[in-house]
This record gives sequence, structure tokens and C-alpha cells, in this order.
Amino acid sequence: MTKLRRTLLGASVIWGTAIAAFSIVLVVLVVMGTIVVNGAGSLSLEFFTSPPTEGMTEGGIFPAIVGTALLVIIMSIAGIPVGTITAIYLSEYANQRSVLARSIRFAVNTLAGVPAIVFGLFGLGFFVQFVGAGLDQVFTGGAELQWAQPNILWASLTMAFLTLPVVIVSVEEAVKTVPQDLRAASLALGATKWQTIWNVVLPNSVTGILTGGILAVSRGAGEVAPILFTGAAYFLPQLPTNLSDQFMELGYHVYIMSTQSTNVEATRGIQYATTLVLLMLTFLLNFTAIFLRSRLRGRTVQA
Amino acid sequence: MLQTDSTNEGIVDNDSRLPETLESETRPLESMKKETSSNERIAPVSGSTAPVQRVTGAQLRKRFRLSDFLAEKLITTVAFASLATVVMIFVFVFREAAPVFFAKEEVQVSVAESVEDETYGEEFLGEAARVKEGKGKGTASVETGGGEGEASLSNLLSETWQPVSMDPKFGLLPLAVGSLKVTFLAILIAAPMGILAALFTSSFAPKWSKEILKPAIEILAGFPSVVIGFFALVILATLLQDVFGYQYRLNAFVGGVAMSLAVIPIIFTVAEDALTAVPRFMTEASLALGATRWQTALFVTLPAATPGVFAAVLLGFGRAFGETMIVLMATGNAALLSFELLEPVRTMSATIGAEMAEVVFGDTHYHILFLIGSILFVFTFVVNGIAEVFVRQKLLKRFRGS
Repeated sequence: MTKLRRTLLGASVIWGTAIAAFSIVLVVLVVMGTIVVNGAGSLSLEFFTSPPTEGMTEGGIFPAIVGTALLVIIMSIAGIPVGTITAIYLSEYANQRSVLARSIRFAVNTLAGVPAIVFGLFGLGFFVQFVGAGLDQVFTGGAELQWAQPNILWASLTMAFLTLPVVIVSVEEAVKTVPQDLRAASLALGATKWQTIWNVVLPNSVTGILTGGILAVSRGAGEVAPILFTGAAYFLPQLPTNLSDQFMELGYHVYIMSTQSTNVEATRGIQYATTLVLLMLTFLLNFTAIFLRSRLRGRTVQA
Repeated sequence: MLQTDSTNEGIVDNDSRLPETLESETRPLESMKKETSSNERIAPVSGSTAPVQRVTGAQLRKRFRLSDFLAEKLITTVAFASLATVVMIFVFVFREAAPVFFAKEEVQVSVAESVEDETYGEEFLGEAARVKEGKGKGTASVETGGGEGEASLSNLLSETWQPVSMDPKFGLLPLAVGSLKVTFLAILIAAPMGILAALFTSSFAPKWSKEILKPAIEILAGFPSVVIGFFALVILATLLQDVFGYQYRLNAFVGGVAMSLAVIPIIFTVAEDALTAVPRFMTEASLALGATRWQTALFVTLPAATPGVFAAVLLGFGRAFGETMIVLMATGNAALLSFELLEPVRTMSATIGAEMAEVVFGDTHYHILFLIGSILFVFTFVVNGIAEVFVRQKLLKRFRGS
């Protein structure tokens, strides 16, 4: 009796965990499958290259693609150097037990846990209401509203803050895989610390920096909450030409089309297709990052 | 510039090195200290040879270079700026939320007496932060305990959220209840799934199934939340309504189920880390004593990793509480105070997302939305902090102590 019970319990533990694990796989497949099946039909070259037409019920998503690209480019320019330098500081310069290093580490962890919407509020409160208003005050004496309103620059910078921890964690991991022997050799040849970092450590962690950048871009392209009120627009007749212009974005487009457009049912095709494009984009980026990271790990084993 | 530096100057300097005593005088003091402290790794080696061979070792290491000095200062400054950003987020989110309290105090001085006593002694921002922190806890405890509001905050603790009307009501209670409903439901689904799946991967899974499971989790983690929201809105909502036959298509239940998709990867990853970190000698001892694999997993591995698993759940909780897009799209967005799962709800994060775009800057409504943001911030901050403590201290202590 007890033996039977024990066998049954054992089987249920193993099968229970297995079922939980594979139902996650199943859910992933179902979500992806539905979006691919429903979205693939609406995809066409025209969908990628034309702007929305007929009051957003037809046409493509070209402006949203351009807006997303601009967003992640400006975000990367602002965020990746800062993240990389911080990671270099943490792994190369900082005395691990010093108060500064520990508080920076704590700050990075905190930053990673802050809800995306709070970053949006920060962008609005800091960039738009504080920096933007300040710039307007300096340039036009506050007479004209140019920078003190949501635009692509503020949205990108907000996103750069959001993705900072991603870059820092990735780069730090990469820098740590550079063998100590290389550093020691460089220093022994008379190179200074900075020369060692610049000529030895950095070239050897390019892959890691790239991985961090890609992961950050993937995260940035997928997040919508921070740009809800820092720069994304429902519909714009022309592409953004200036940093103080608003922009359309893929994720925001999905959100707005599926909840607030005039005819939600009629545009399901566009919604699915846009979601599919967004999903494919983040996938492509994530898999590139995973691939690069596995190459990085491979190197560590050899070294 | 950097390139020439590393080639030319390096050679020149090697030949024309000054005696160490002279050098140390010309060199700024901080750089000397920093360089010595940061070069600890090499110090013992060079230090031991220095007295014998004056040419190498300590002198080389301590030589002052402008480029090095500048690089270090610059890097430290940028790193420090990263630290400053967190402080800045605190400051600017709270700054916009602060007027709620000042306006309030003007109106109801007598009632707000107790709050004033506590707060006026301190600096402006610290005070705002502290009041808000207290508020966050206040609201949280009220819904669990059941309805004792503070008089000074009567409007904020009222049961109606009706920001746009002749007589605006900013009762945060329905929003907080909405957030907690969705969050708890998400955790209720995601925690068992994530933990069991993690137990499977760490204890039972054959290699091939790990190779399916891990990428699947990574894919799920990579889903933009707007995609999950869209899936919930368009497919999941209809599906669940067909199955369970309830009245409202979009409700807290749909939101919670969708949210669990966003939370599962976090819980799984952290729990799996904790489970695989259990030292081998523990599991091996159990197996050696004749326990089967499932007994070991259930009675040795899982209990040993409990703090980590708990931290995983907490991190998931923090994520779910702050997540915006999914709830914005899938919960129906009606700010009703109800504990019914199948009614539409509006969460705190969704309120910010939905209303901030239409609000008048500088309005009370605007400041209240920032106040909600501050509460979210403080709440997730505290939850993540507790999770961190669990992972760092309890788990490590347990493994080290045993």
C-alpha cells in the first residue's frame, strides 16, 4: 500500500513538473502560431513601404517602422556608450567593496526593476517638463513651445535609461570573460591601465558590447509604456525630420490600432500583421544576441 | 589621440623615466591612490621585485600619465552618472507628485496636522518621498485590512476614481484593488507553473527537453508586453469567455491570465537558478541514503532553495504590479471597487497609461497620476529589495552554513 502510494506520488511529481514545463512551451507555440497564421496573410511589400491610408483602415506601417528605427538608433547612441563605460568602471576600476561601486551596482539593479511606465513618467517630468522647458526658456524665452513637449528625442532618451541595465549587465559579463593573463601580459609590457583597457580588454569584449546593444534594442523596440506620453503619436502625415518631432512606433501602433482606432474589427488584419512584424523584429534581435553570447561563452571555455 | 598615446609615449617614457621620489611629487595625489588601489592584483608580483630591480615594477605602475588620469576620471564620472539617474528618477517623479500634498495641506490644515508634524522638519524632496512611501503602505494595508481611511487623505482613499467630472474624485482604492487582483491572479497561475517547470529542468529533465524548454522560456521573456496584451485582447478574451461563459469579455481574470505569461519567465529563471545552485553534496547525500530522484527533488532540493524560489515569486510580483500594456489592453479599464474577479478592472499602472496623455499639465489630476507612479515605484522598489535580501543573504548563508 505505502509502496504503491509512493510510486504514485513519485510519478505525479515527475509528470506534474513535466506537464507544467511543456504547457509553457505549448503556450509559447500557441501565441506565436496565432499571430503568424493571422498576420502572415496581410504581409506584403506594400505593407512595409506605404503609410496608413483611408483613415488608418488600410495601407502599411512604413512610418511606424521608420519611427521605431529612429527611436532605437538615438537610444543606442545615448545609452550604449554610457552603459559600456559604467560596466568597464564596475569591472576594471572599481574596488568591489567600495561604497561607490556597491551603490552603482545597487542602482543598476534598482533601475532594472523599475516599471516601464514609471520611466515614462520620468521622461515626462524630467525631459519634457524640466529639460525641455529649460531649453525653451533659453532659446525662445518661453514664448514658443518647441522642446517642452513630447518628441522623439525625449522618448529615445527615456528608453535609453530603461535599457541601461541591459547594456551594463551584458558588457560586464563580456569584460569578465577576458582572461586575466591577457591583462597581466599587457601591464607587464609597460602598458598603463587605460592602454590595457583600450587595446586589450575592449577589443576582446566587442562581442559582449554588441550583445548588450542588441538586447537593449530588442527591449527598446518592444516597450510601449515609456513612450506613451513622451513622444509617440497616433498618426502623422509625414516622417519625423527633426529631433523635436513626434513619431509613430510599431508597438504603439499595435496598441492604438487594437484599442482606440475607429473601426477595430475592420483593421484586425493590419493589427495582426503589425504585431507579427514587431514579434519578428524582437526575435531576430534576441536570437542574434543569444548566438553571439553562446560564441562568447565558447571562448571562455577555450581560454 | 589615444592611439599615439599608446605607442609613442609608451616608448619615450620607458627610456626617460624620472626617479620615483621626484615623480611622486609631481603627480596629483588622487591618481596615485586610485592607481595603487585599482592595481592591487599586480601589486604583489611587482612589489616583490621592486627593491632589487629599480627599472620595473612599482615605478612603472605608479607613473603618472595624463591620458590614464583623464580616462579614469571620465569613466568614474559616467559610472557615477548612472547612479545619479536612479536618484533623478526618484526626484523627478516625486517632484511632480508633491503638489498633491501641498495643495491638500492648504485646504485641510487642521486635519492634516499629524502629517505636517512629521514632514515639515525635513527637506522638500525627502519629505515628499517619505509621505508617499507611507501612503503606498497605507493604501496597501487598507485593502487587505478592509477600509479604515485616514481623514487627511479622505479623497485619495475614497472609493471612487472619477478624475474628470465637476466634482473630481481621486479615490485610489479601486485602482489599488484592481492592481492587486490582477497581480495575485497572475502569481497564482505563474508561480506553480514557473516553479514546477524549474524543478523539472533542474532535477528530472533529459537533455533534449531542456533544449526545447530553455529557448521557449527565452522566447516568452522576449515577447514585448504589447504583443501579449494584443493576444489577450483579441484571442484569449474571446476564448475564455466562450469557455467560462461570463458576462464581460474583458476583465481582471483575462488580465491576470495574460499577465501570468509575462511573469512565468522571471519566476522560472530565478527559481531555476536557485534550484541549480543547491550544492551537489546535498542531493548526492540524499541519493546515497536511498532516496529516489523525485524524493530528493521534492524533499531536499526544493526546501534548500526555498529562499530563492520565494525571491522568484516576489520578483514576479513586482513585475506584474508595474506592468502596464497588458492590463491596459486586456482588463476592460473600468475603475470599479469590487473584489469580483470577472468584472472589468483598472489597475494603477493602466490608469497612468490611459489618462496621462489627455491630462492638463499641472492639474491636480496630473499630479495624482504622478503620485500613483511614485507608489508603483516605491512598491516595486521595496518588493525587489526584499527579493534581493532573500537571494543574497538567506540563500548564501544557508549554503555556506551547511
